[in-house]
Parts: sequence; C-alpha cells; structure tokens
Amino acid sequence: MIPVLFGISIAVFAIVHSIPGDPADVLLGQNATPAKIKIINHQLGIDRPLIIQYFNFVSDIFHGSLGISFYNHEPVFSLILARLPMTGMLLTGGVLLSILIALPLSILAASKRGALRDQVVRAIPIIGLGMPQVWVGVMLILLFGLKFQIFPVSGFGDTFPERLRSIFLPSLTIAILLSPILIRSLRASMLEILDSDYVLTARSKGISTARITRVHVLRNAIIASVTVLGINIAYLVGSMVVVERVFAMAGTGSLMVDSIARRDYPIVQGVTLYFAVVVVIVSLITDLIHAALDPRVVLK
Amino acid sequence: MKSSKTLYVGAGMLGLLALVAIFAPLISHYDPTEQDLMNTLLGPSIHHWVGTDPLGRDVFTRLIYGARVDLAIGLSAVILPYIIGVCLGLLSAWKGGKTDSFIMRIVDTFLAFPFYVLAIALVFIFGPGIKSIIVAITLGGWVAYCRIVRSNVLVAKEQDYIHAARLTGLPDRRILFRHMLPNVISQSIVFAMSDIVLSILAIVSLGYLGLGVPVPTAEWGSMIQEGQPYITQQWWLATVPGLMVVYVGLSLSLIGDGLVARLER
Repeated sequence: MIPVLFGISIAVFAIVHSIPGDPADVLLGQNATPAKIKIINHQLGIDRPLIIQYFNFVSDIFHGSLGISFYNHEPVFSLILARLPMTGMLLTGGVLLSILIALPLSILAASKRGALRDQVVRAIPIIGLGMPQVWVGVMLILLFGLKFQIFPVSGFGDTFPERLRSIFLPSLTIAILLSPILIRSLRASMLEILDSDYVLTARSKGISTARITRVHVLRNAIIASVTVLGINIAYLVGSMVVVERVFAMAGTGSLMVDSIARRDYPIVQGVTLYFAVVVVIVSLITDLIHAALDPRVVLK
Repeated sequence: MKSSKTLYVGAGMLGLLALVAIFAPLISHYDPTEQDLMNTLLGPSIHHWVGTDPLGRDVFTRLIYGARVDLAIGLSAVILPYIIGVCLGLLSAWKGGKTDSFIMRIVDTFLAFPFYVLAIALVFIFGPGIKSIIVAITLGGWVAYCRIVRSNVLVAKEQDYIHAARLTGLPDRRILFRHMLPNVISQSIVFAMSDIVLSILAIVSLGYLGLGVPVPTAEWGSMIQEGQPYITQQWWLATVPGLMVVYVGLSLSLIGDGLVARLER
C-alpha cells in the first residue's frame, strides 16, 4: 500500500507539472506581464526546482495538508472533504444497486443451466459491457427523469432524502455498468458451487434447495462478487468522474477537470491522490470482507 | 459448431460495419461536417434517415463517418498496450525475483490510478486529439495484459517442455518467443477483444466530455453530448450513437466468446 501511494505521488506530480501553461498566466488573464508572472510564480512557490516542490508536496501530506488552491486560496483538503459525501453515496449506491441487480439474476440463471432464463441472463453481459456510461446516463435521464419525472436529473440536493433521490439515477448508471461484470463471474461461480461435492452431500441429506442456496451458494457467491468488485474498483472510481458530468453534479471529478483547466496544481494533485487513496482503501475493505466471509482466507 | 457460429456472427457484424465505414462516401452523398442551418433538427425521413442535428448535418452520415473514427482508434489503441503488457509479463514471470517485484509494484501503482483521471490529465498535456487518447489507453491498458501473461507464464515455466528447452541450452529469447509465447498468449488475445470495447468506450466518454477527438469530426461520443440537450424532442440524436457502440460491443463480445470456446477445445 505504501509503495503504491508513493508511486502515485510521483506519477501525479510528474503529470501535473507536464501540463503546459503557467498558473500565473491563467490567474492574471489579460493583465499578465512578465514581471507580474514572476512575482506570482514566486508567491506560489513554482519557481523553485521541481525536486524541492515535490519534497514540499510530500512533506505537506505528512503534515495532513494537501496544499492551498492557487485559484480561490482554500485548503485543498477541505475542498475535497466537502465533496466526500457525494463520492461516498455514489460509490455505495452504485455497488449496492449492482449487487441487487446481479445477485437475483445470477441465482435465477444458475438454478437451471441452459434453460431459457439462463440464456437470457447470459446475454446481459454480452450487451451490457458494450454500453457507454455517458449514454446509459443520458438514457436514464430521458426515461426516468423526463418521461416519467420520478427522479431529479441533475444536482445533488441539500437534505439527506433529497440527496438520496438525486443520487439514484447516477448510482443506477454505475450499477448498470458494473452488474454485467458481476453477473458474468457470479453465474460461473454459482454453477461451480452447485456442482461441488458439498452441495451434493447437502442434497443427499435431504436439505431443501432454498436452504442450500441460502447457506452454501449465496455465501460463496457474495465472496466472489466482493472479489470482482475489488478488481474493478479503480475503473469504478474513474467512471464516477464521467457520471458526475452527465448528471451535472459538482463533485470531485468536476473539481479536477476545472482545476486542470486553471492549472491549479495543488487541487489536481490532491484530487488524484484522493482518488488513488479511495481505490486503495476500498480494495483493502474488500480484502477484509473477503477474509471475514471466507474462513479459508487468512490475512497476513 | 456453436462456438464457430458465435465467432462468425460476431466477425460478420463487425466486418459489415467496417465495410460501411470504409465505403461511407459511396453510401451517403452528404458531407459529415457540412452545416445546413435551414434544415436543423429534422425528424427521420427518406432524405435524412436519422434526421439532422442542431447544425443541420445529416445524422446518418455522421454515424457512419463516426464509425471510421471510433473503430480505427479503438482497434489501434490496444496494439501498443498489448505489446508492452505481453513483453513485460513475460519478462516479469521469467526473471522472477527483484525484476518481478519491481514490475509488479509499477503494475499496482497503475492499477490504483483511476483511468479517466489519467486520461483527462493527458488530454491537457498533449491537447485533445488522437495522440492523447492513444497515450492514455496505452498507459492504462498494458497492466491487464501484463498480469494475464505473467500468471500464465508462471504456470508454463514449470512444465516439462520448457525444462526440456532449457536443458538443450537454447538462449532465453528463443525459449520465450518460440516455445513459451505461443502457449501463453491465447487468454490475452481473448481479453484484447473486450479491451477494444473498453477503449472505444473510453473514446466515447472522452468525446462526450469534450476532451476526445476535436469537433467537428463526426464521433459517437461527441454526438451523444450534442444530442443531450434535445432529448425531450429529438430523442434519437443522443440514442442512436450509443446504439452504434452497443452494436460494436456486442460483435466484439461474440468474437471473444467464440474464441474462448474455440481455444478451450
């Protein structure tokens, strides 16, 4: 985990400083003169050697700070913190909805291999994996937001119930992307479990199919889906940037895109690092859940 | 038999679209970028099969010219990551030890780096366009191939034919590329099919964000974005380009599934 974060800090720093254009240029706009640019660059500390700037960036992190925004002079940390509820709700909502979609469908498909319902469920990943998330978002807006007017189509709301409602369509967009991946591996792992000796033993003891599904199949299937989620987490976090844009939510993704345009180095560095930390933490959580559910796994 | 059918149907669907894209000027006599401000937002008709967009351009024409852009970039964008990933995967598993753990730390770092964050940053470095897209997909994509090939090589390394090749004193390079590679490459080829879909999805998403292929070039992602404000009236403007992507995704999935079934025999 530490080497990964270290590597990311270098990568982020390198990428941000390769973006052409001067922050001072953007800040001053038409008033830019070489003298003024020099002063601003000195104030922002970007006239120092890159290695010193990197060192400052890392030592700030160890002091619990991600720097101050060049543009509106707010601490990057609090800017990110303000958007944390949105990221959290989107991510949780997306994951929960995708499990709600994938789990019943996979059980349905695996319960009778080769039947019509199995064929139908198997077709879902084949079609679903090719759907662009921006398009899925726009289609959901068209269907639920404008045609039936059940859910708000943009923004985030102020109160918790409002937020839950406005988070629904973006979460569903994420879930529609994620569930084909889940269905594919869940169905396969359930078929494997249903073929296993311990299920045969359970059957021969006269235990009902419902109970076998609940006790043996479901538990193993959830373990499998947690693993699949862990593998796809970076993809998921990245696609939030896109989903936020489709639903015009002022989240971390938009903050990052705007900040790159303004050459606001501290924010771009901070947000990218934040995304990477989210990825690392979520994969850690999936590892822990995996270990808690599966007695065969021992964490070192 | 069934696996061949899946493979052929998928290849047929993709081939058909490729032909349409190649012969686009023969199929439509409209120019994909020419504006006709007297005829904006027309509904589907005999003259304009999928209507016209807010600038009066023929949507059908833009769809088939868009296929040129999205298919060509999507296909070519996976070549570099494929080569880099396969080579590093071979190297990592073959050398083992410090080389292996060094490459794997790099892989971990790239895995934790959200793709769109990287892609958006690169667009600002190189400017919007094909170059940024290819660099982004290469940087984000090689990791998967590396991991797939590495795990296959780790297994193959301990098998008798490799031991035999080593005992005969063949140089490493020859063992790796003549003996090892043909045996470990199939899974990565299958993955490449779904990776092409992923790269097309990335092009479309970047196009939607206004960070992809610059306008006015016809591209499905920017077409979705241009159509979004009109979805209450001209819903097809944003819908149809997405369906094109779904069609491509479906054909590549079928090819992938057919290949899996064929390789497993």
